[in-house]
Amino acid sequence: MSHVASMHGAVEPAESPLTPESWGKLGMWIFLAGDAVGFGTLLAGYGAMRATSGDWPVPFDVLGINLTAAMTFLLICSSVTMVKALEWLGKGDRTRARVLLFLTALGGAIFVSLQAYEWTHLIHRGLHINGNPWGASLFGTSFFLVTGFHGLHVTGGVIYLLAMMMVVKRRPVPAASYNAVEIAGLYWHFVDLVWIMVFTFMYLL
Amino acid sequence: MATAEHKHPNYMAIFWYLAILTVVEIGVIYLPIGKFTIGVLLCALALGKAVLVAMYFMHLKFETRTLGMVAVTPLVIATLLVFLLLPDGFAVVKRTVGVKAATTETAPAKH
Repeated sequence: MSHVASMHGAVEPAESPLTPESWGKLGMWIFLAGDAVGFGTLLAGYGAMRATSGDWPVPFDVLGINLTAAMTFLLICSSVTMVKALEWLGKGDRTRARVLLFLTALGGAIFVSLQAYEWTHLIHRGLHINGNPWGASLFGTSFFLVTGFHGLHVTGGVIYLLAMMMVVKRRPVPAASYNAVEIAGLYWHFVDLVWIMVFTFMYLL
Repeated sequence: MATAEHKHPNYMAIFWYLAILTVVEIGVIYLPIGKFTIGVLLCALALGKAVLVAMYFMHLKFETRTLGMVAVTPLVIATLLVFLLLPDGFAVVKRTVGVKAATTETAPAKH
């Protein structure tokens, strides 16, 4: 093991060698890079369909952005509670860290609820996965596909965060759960980052 | 050391930057300028917000170069994808224009 570590150090003297903690982080980053390609492909596909369609509805007029802007703000707030949870855990305050993790999960849960409300509203107005009253039927298809894929990520994130609350509770030493919470944070901020993109490309543009 | 703790940046400042950029984004769509300019502005603002989140909330600024390279990879792939899709887009537009010219607006082309 030390042989490998020293070899690594010899190859890349500027980089710190991989530690068991950083493996988890590297693993999450690789997963997120793959996930980003997934979202990137969806958004690029959306762009291609929209650019080649003659009767694409103006998303801004059809979808409305007041609620979605509030949802964007909510996700940004939940990102802040996430980093604050990690900061307090680093200072050794497990209780405050757990409260902040809960607030983050709550933000995510409210986000998904608002999305369900928005979907219901739009479906009642005639936006379906295979057609809508405003123009190209692919508009509805791509809307539900992309926002649904993101909503599933948020749902998964809420479960992930609640699990992290348990991890922090069970490990008496705050430092023992720091790395796990930081990795969960990476996932959560990524979901926020993707929403920034989705909000811009599918609602504002 | 078990927890390689880096310094925590001023998260509230990043929060305000993100909030202000979101308000600016919504303001931009009402500007009385060309649609293309609005599109470019929106893309730039979204990219700026994404960079803020990745750099400070995801701590990329304080990480090793290896993680940075992993993070940049999808961006490179996405850029390639856009260029891969461009010819297709233009081909369809050209075909649609051709059809429209041939029918000379007797029957509206249905997509």
